[in-house]
Amino acid sequence: MPGLGASLGRGAATSFQEDMQNADCILFMGSNMAEAHPVGFRFPMMARERGAKLIHVDPHFSRTSAMCNKYVPIRAGSDIAFLGGMIRYILENDRWFHEYVMAYTNAATIINEEYEDAEDLEGIFQGFDAERQSYVPEALKWHYASEAGQSKTHAAEDVKAQSFSERAGHLENPRPEVDFTLQNPRCVINILRRHYQRYTPEMVAAICGCTVEEFLDVAQTVCENSGRERTTCITYAVGWTQHSTGVQIIRAASIVQLLLGNIGRPGGGIMAMRGHASIQGSTDVPTLYELLPGYLAQPSSIRGHDDLQTYFDNEVIKTGYWANLPKFMISLLKAWYGDAATKQNDYGFGWIPRLDGNYSQLASFVRMAEGKIQGLYLFGQNPAAGAPNGKLNREALKKLKWLVVRDWFEIETASYWYKGPENPDPSTIGTEIFFMPAAGSPEKEGTFTNTQRLIQWHDKAIDPPADCRSDAWFVYNLGKRLKKLYAGSTRLRDQGLLNLTWDYESEQPQHLPDGSLSKIEGEPEVEKILKELNGYTVADGRPVRDFNELKDDGSTAAGCWIYSGVYPEEHNNRARSRRTTPGVYTSPEWGFAWPHNRRMMYNRCSADPQGKPWSERKKYIWWDEEKKKWTGVDVPDFESEKSPHYRASSDDTGMAAISGDAPFIMKPDGRGWLFAPTGVKDGPLPTHYEPLESPVANLLYKQRESPTVECYDVPLNAKNPADSEYPIVATTYRLTEHYLSGPMSRFNSWLNELQPAMFVEISHELANEKGIEHGGWLVVWNARAAIEARALVTGRLMPLHVDGRTLHQIGMPFHWGFAGETVGGIANDLTSITADANVSMHEAKAFTVNLRAGRLDPAVAMEPNAPGLWPSRDPSPDTPESDQPEGQAI
Amino acid sequence: MSEHLRQLKQQLVDDPAGFVTNFASDLIDSFEFPAAPAEQEETGFFTDTTLCIGCKACEVACKQWNQLPADGFNWTGHSYDNTVALSDTTWRHVAFIEQFDSVGHAGRWLMMSDVCKHCELAPCVEVCPTGALIYNEFGNVYVQQDICNGCANCVVACPFGVLSRNKEDGRAHKCTLCYDRQKDNLVPACAKACPTESIKFGNVAQLREDASNRVKELHERGETDAYLYGADPGGEYSALNSFFLLKDKPRVYNLPESPRRPTVHLKRNYLFSFAASLALTAASAFFFRSADR
Repeated sequence: MPGLGASLGRGAATSFQEDMQNADCILFMGSNMAEAHPVGFRFPMMARERGAKLIHVDPHFSRTSAMCNKYVPIRAGSDIAFLGGMIRYILENDRWFHEYVMAYTNAATIINEEYEDAEDLEGIFQGFDAERQSYVPEALKWHYASEAGQSKTHAAEDVKAQSFSERAGHLENPRPEVDFTLQNPRCVINILRRHYQRYTPEMVAAICGCTVEEFLDVAQTVCENSGRERTTCITYAVGWTQHSTGVQIIRAASIVQLLLGNIGRPGGGIMAMRGHASIQGSTDVPTLYELLPGYLAQPSSIRGHDDLQTYFDNEVIKTGYWANLPKFMISLLKAWYGDAATKQNDYGFGWIPRLDGNYSQLASFVRMAEGKIQGLYLFGQNPAAGAPNGKLNREALKKLKWLVVRDWFEIETASYWYKGPENPDPSTIGTEIFFMPAAGSPEKEGTFTNTQRLIQWHDKAIDPPADCRSDAWFVYNLGKRLKKLYAGSTRLRDQGLLNLTWDYESEQPQHLPDGSLSKIEGEPEVEKILKELNGYTVADGRPVRDFNELKDDGSTAAGCWIYSGVYPEEHNNRARSRRTTPGVYTSPEWGFAWPHNRRMMYNRCSADPQGKPWSERKKYIWWDEEKKKWTGVDVPDFESEKSPHYRASSDDTGMAAISGDAPFIMKPDGRGWLFAPTGVKDGPLPTHYEPLESPVANLLYKQRESPTVECYDVPLNAKNPADSEYPIVATTYRLTEHYLSGPMSRFNSWLNELQPAMFVEISHELANEKGIEHGGWLVVWNARAAIEARALVTGRLMPLHVDGRTLHQIGMPFHWGFAGETVGGIANDLTSITADANVSMHEAKAFTVNLRAGRLDPAVAMEPNAPGLWPSRDPSPDTPESDQPEGQAI
Repeated sequence: MSEHLRQLKQQLVDDPAGFVTNFASDLIDSFEFPAAPAEQEETGFFTDTTLCIGCKACEVACKQWNQLPADGFNWTGHSYDNTVALSDTTWRHVAFIEQFDSVGHAGRWLMMSDVCKHCELAPCVEVCPTGALIYNEFGNVYVQQDICNGCANCVVACPFGVLSRNKEDGRAHKCTLCYDRQKDNLVPACAKACPTESIKFGNVAQLREDASNRVKELHERGETDAYLYGADPGGEYSALNSFFLLKDKPRVYNLPESPRRPTVHLKRNYLFSFAASLALTAASAFFFRSADR
């Protein structure tokens, strides 16, 4: 999440859901929190009951809108125009939190003289190379005036992936040139004013399709609920990320929150709601191609990471916390390669494969479709129904030699070879498919890391049935077999595997909670993995207390430095702790939040530059002058004994370069970045571009869409033309009743009965125009696919007035496919594979379609599975007849 | 049940003497009346619809705890409501009411988790001929499945349409207010699963007090359309131990404006029937006499 990383230093939600109860206003945009995160939504509800204003700005009126005090409809993909309008409103009406902004952001920092804004260049920033469709580092002039030139951490366009340190940015001079009188026209805040001067309420209304009054009402409410005494929280989810401009939308929200002084304060912040149970965990200890655990950069041949030294030369940021990178990297290598990692062999750095291109999921599927990938392991993924452009994904899977699918049920991705919208002929598909039954979470132990970075351990309750095994069991045993298979190899490329420490054997037979012995053989001891992630001293295997103990001399090992502290001593698994602290809502002893059990990040911002709370009402962390330390209800996200009066000098490095009033310790200057000189590849300031597929022109700039997006002009991935053929804007979303593409929910009759069929939500006006009846069938199509669904005609969808014309939007849940007890049209067949410049994200939340009444011809055969025996009619075991569940009698 | 019979039969074959002894002891047992469980404080639900986010966790939690089967997969188009009504296998049901005018952006989407009302004076209990329907020690209305004979009197007596008869076993089923959980000091499954405390479970007197405070609070906040449904007796009907806070007329939520208690009308109905029969007898006597002439 470089949107947050480039602005604030870390790419994760800044706060925690419990804290949302303290908000005075919550703005939900790009999030359908009540439906997608119903359990966490209790906290916004608590805030509402305490008098907070809840606002939902979204293309469709959802259950979240129903809970909010105010709902504003906007056109899908127009978010930056709306947020840009808010930035302008805040600046023009002098609603920004002066003391906070001047002290904690780069508002007063001066940008170099050669910088040219999108405002001057018709929607493109200085430094764009049209041929390479990219901002090229050698031509860029986005840097601070105090820097000699563009930072080395702005990677070239062919390096799709960014490291965490790159997002954080690099400065040679951590005390940049500033003008606190704000007279200099090249001050960041003055550049902001100019950049957003045309984002007037009228312009916002014309682009977004809301009314001027609706926009002003939102802007005013947010401003009124921000400042010393009050705070506003902004909440988003994949409704913001899945856009060609997703990173910049989040950047825009960061700018709003920094200007209003809402970051790092109770009831404030930006909540990035994660879409899967442990998706935060799967970026922390990543399944991503470009990252190593703890957000360290994957070594890359393009970046010239020849050895450890060149890696550090490229990646270490001189000032701020990232100066510690060598400690984390060397500890990681020690954790991976154990005794084989020595100073002489660069701790095995050479054994890590180097990146030489974009290996993100979508790029890989494009490559797979070209027949360039032979085999694939899938753990809990369902690309045949859940990934953008389902058809391309299914065709790509057919090109594989072998495929391993580990899941609970025979999902679309395990059955695409004999059923599905293309009615495939199995005899033409040469892929050998292995379906491996997987264990569910109660059938294995392990951790979840949730949206607020909280690591929570879960014990195993029962053994998985039959041949089902945990993912840990599978990977551990696969690793053991591979090591055996390659034993004795002297090839360089095998040394990483052979030297990998791989010892998670259970010391004792594993017992279930009822005292019986587990029947599973070969289950690794997962707590050993957690201990390795936490880190330990190599000499005696003693766990480290936190990441401050990690060293760069090979004497410590840590599998994921940010998790250090989760297992601070033997037999103390803090992720397992479920203690609540009476009267302390941060519950510091419930699980463990990285980093360092901080529940709220950047919480130094909750005190003023002198270290005093901004107000009694919004007290959180403050400087105790007597004890000379920071104190409060949370772990300070700051050096605990650094006085607010400490001042860094220009030649300081590491944490010494961070002054006592610089709360963003991961940024090289300790400040929140309104203007991002580095860290984002598509411009230092968020700029409104139309979605890649949009029926309207860009009213602000000549440049219509984001100039840096890769569109993958390959077969099956056609882009809809911008003419009248596809005049309707479509967006997709989740329903509470189902989970993602349905592998966990469409095989459960209790959930299927609640939402048993694919439907499309359309307005009364559009239904009339197209002759579609409520409850009848309709067909949605575009250049890539056509799907059929039931029509839910509702007042919750409404036509918008965009730039003087009526524009229709439709909404589609994306839960159905062709496997399961209920089947239906795959919304993702209509979306396309594209990649934004920062994170290779596609655009599933705004695209164009057309629709008609009726059904597909020829019909797509989609036979649902017979409902499973669920619930089982067998009596509950070990339960007397009189105590059997009531429904058992039926 | 058939399994039980089969076992008995097997026992008769395997061990006739034992069977006779058991049968005799069962017979004696049936004349013994075990002490009724000690009365507990009366419990119920207060369902505050202003806090309902329509997640249906209550429906699923209910089905899971009670091991109730799904009702079938029928997409209805009634907003997001596909289980439609309370039934023998759906004991919590979330209603969705969309209130949008055709123009403008104003509108609201009401959601309400419906359940058995556990009436203080329940018509179903009053009309049950076998005594299967009782008030248990928590004051909840409970169907004893081993006594119900499937006559369906309760089905027609309930003014809320809560009870219905199962096609498989022929008996009436409905919410038990998680009698089994309450006996173990557990909160009913639906209330436990509700993420926003829209469903509150507890001592009824306390719930009624909390509810009236809640209405006051909402009125002070300007939400003057909030009111309680069934917290107090009204017309011929008793108070409900499972009552609701609503934001629109009861019928909007598919609830009767003034529920009727069939037994109240019995005397009048019997009198009317008796009078009608007298009148008809008189009339026919008159006609036959005329015919004779």
